Amino acid sequence: MKFLRDRKVRDVLWQVLATVGLVAVVVFFVRNASDNMVKAGIASGFQFLWRDSGIEVPFNITGYKPSDTILALLWTGIVNTLLVSAAAVVVATIVGFTVGLMRLSHNWLLSTLAAVYVEFVRNIPLLFFVLFWYFGVLSALPTPKESYDFLGIAFLNRRGLSIPLPNDVTGFRLALIAILILIGAQIVLARWAKARQARTGRDFPTWLVGFVLCGLLPVAALVAAGAATSWDVPSLRGFNYRGGFVLVPEFVALFMALSTYTAGFIAEVVRGGIQSVRQGQIDAARALGLTPGRVVRLVVIPQAMPVIIPPITSQYLNLIKNSSFGAAIAYPEIVAVFMGSALVATGQAIEIIAITLGIYLTIGLAVSAFMNWYNARHRVVSR
Amino acid sequence: MRAARPPLPGWLETLRLRLFATPVDIVVSFLCLYVVWRISLPLVDWLLVEANWRGTSREDCTNAGACWVFIRARFAQFMYGQYPVPERWRVDLLGLLAVLAAMALSWRRLPRRREAAITALVVLPPLGILLLHGGWGTGLALVETREWGGLMLTLVLTFYAGLIAIPLGILLALGRQSRLPMIRFASIVFIEFWRGVPIITVIFLASLLLPLIMPTGFNVDRLARAVIGLAFVIAAYMAEAVRGGLQALPEGQVEAAQALGLGYWRITRLIVLPQALRIALPAMTNEFIALFKNTTLVLIVSIFDLLGIAQAALADPAWVGMNMEAYVFAGAIYWFACFGLSQWSRSREKRLQTAYGR
Repeated sequence: MKFLRDRKVRDVLWQVLATVGLVAVVVFFVRNASDNMVKAGIASGFQFLWRDSGIEVPFNITGYKPSDTILALLWTGIVNTLLVSAAAVVVATIVGFTVGLMRLSHNWLLSTLAAVYVEFVRNIPLLFFVLFWYFGVLSALPTPKESYDFLGIAFLNRRGLSIPLPNDVTGFRLALIAILILIGAQIVLARWAKARQARTGRDFPTWLVGFVLCGLLPVAALVAAGAATSWDVPSLRGFNYRGGFVLVPEFVALFMALSTYTAGFIAEVVRGGIQSVRQGQIDAARALGLTPGRVVRLVVIPQAMPVIIPPITSQYLNLIKNSSFGAAIAYPEIVAVFMGSALVATGQAIEIIAITLGIYLTIGLAVSAFMNWYNARHRVVSR
Repeated sequence: MRAARPPLPGWLETLRLRLFATPVDIVVSFLCLYVVWRISLPLVDWLLVEANWRGTSREDCTNAGACWVFIRARFAQFMYGQYPVPERWRVDLLGLLAVLAAMALSWRRLPRRREAAITALVVLPPLGILLLHGGWGTGLALVETREWGGLMLTLVLTFYAGLIAIPLGILLALGRQSRLPMIRFASIVFIEFWRGVPIITVIFLASLLLPLIMPTGFNVDRLARAVIGLAFVIAAYMAEAVRGGLQALPEGQVEAAQALGLGYWRITRLIVLPQALRIALPAMTNEFIALFKNTTLVLIVSIFDLLGIAQAALADPAWVGMNMEAYVFAGAIYWFACFGLSQWSRSREKRLQTAYGR
């Protein structure tokens, strides 16, 4: 047994042992699974995806019908997941940054209120919030006849939130193209201004121009597009609102729970990021005579952002994964329609689980690829 | 230049500086006060002032506030679920044993503390299962796991999933730092896979796949499936928490140990882990809190933990419309447990920092 004292031999031995062990376990499971499936009479394969689903999806923007294939059902689930995630990401970011900055306020009341919010949402399970909004708040809303009326165009009741839809979307398409061009122009302009300042030292009001280009003009474009078309405003007919678009209560509940919950975590990330900027940096900037606004813009934000972005990205990722909590209140996202309804209808457990996990892993890989790219670009060069 | 105004006496000056330093501050402070006023007043009214405390049925709730009578009537269910009433002493006994063990072990001057801890960890988990489940020749009546529920089930899930997840997480973290490529690769795949998928799908997956991949006739208990699913995910997150601690350890520690002629396992056990785990403890506590919060997801496979029981109680025709009461009660328990744990971890962290003079 003398050769066992050689480290290289032992290294190889350990790895061979681990590999053999893992392979044995996997083979054991796969053999059992195929045995069990033969006994249960389940055929494996992905042909079931092209079968008619026959499953109703009460909330979809893909135009899905029960006579469509299971693949179309899966696509509807993916779109619904991304829809609620996108809406919640936007609101969670806004609320999170606001609360995070509030926590840093020197005003004791303001920072305490923010701290109470953060400690409240972070210490309670997300599922609690989802159920609370759905069964506690939304089911206690009035019937359609007694809806909350927002300016006569949007109506909130226990069947959901009815909002108006434009009859003609060409105007909005044009506005969207215009906005993309404006954003492109702003990027080019900012590059040019930066280069000129580096060359000649002359300042250019990039932020002011940016506010007009990416803030005011897009709003104007959207307003113009909205004015150019007629609107399908929901109205009470019989016992319910017809017309417009109905955001079902499942969507509203999941959206509220996800955005308020994630905002608590984002607030902590923002606070940590800003606190990571050393006081000396701020003092030095002040000593150079920079105005408070410039201290924040030129010194604090550029140093805080690289600290904030990676954890915030993983919060976004968590939010997307957490949108699966919608399954608990039957919001038709991936897990509910595919791992739930489609699995019950077809019995193809292994295939469906593999596809579902594959989708989430793909989204995760895409987001972390972006994160790595961003980190590589924005790494603070320490000297 | 304006002359500096003389400071107000004592706490008034503090109040001025922290609330009314500038005109903007004054406006903000009053806005905040208004918000607090508008939220807390109706809340206190509903929770306490206008609440109903006495009685036995829904008809006793005549005041406008919360109907705590409902919680009182259902309290035992919230705690034990459908666990048969004559057998509930077993749950209480186990709880008492666990609390006693925890108290004894947290007493720093307990003689042979290390051995006692190991004994408790070896004896308590199987004893707990025997006591709660019964049968298997223990002389206790058999209580199927589907009758377990409420807070007791939440704690059981957290404890047993944590019991698997913590050691597994440490092993995975070590594996990820290993210099053997095969072991490193396997650990990375395991960690990234379970971290990449939603816990809800894992619980689904465990309840659907575990019966499928086991030999025919070998039945994995429904509850055990949920525990395994939870444990795997949390182990992956735990591994990342431990890795933080491992990476924070100065290289010199391992090199010095190697120079002394210690082998890998001894270095890991005596040098690396004691220090790394101490550094990683706050992050690990966070993952443990996440585990506690995520046990609620077993609702999806019809296992009724505390939140599930609260949810199920809403369907009782004798207590229609008690949604808020049920949620507030369950939510408060979760909040106090999680907040308590995180405060404990914070105070410990502070104590260690002062102990090391950092």
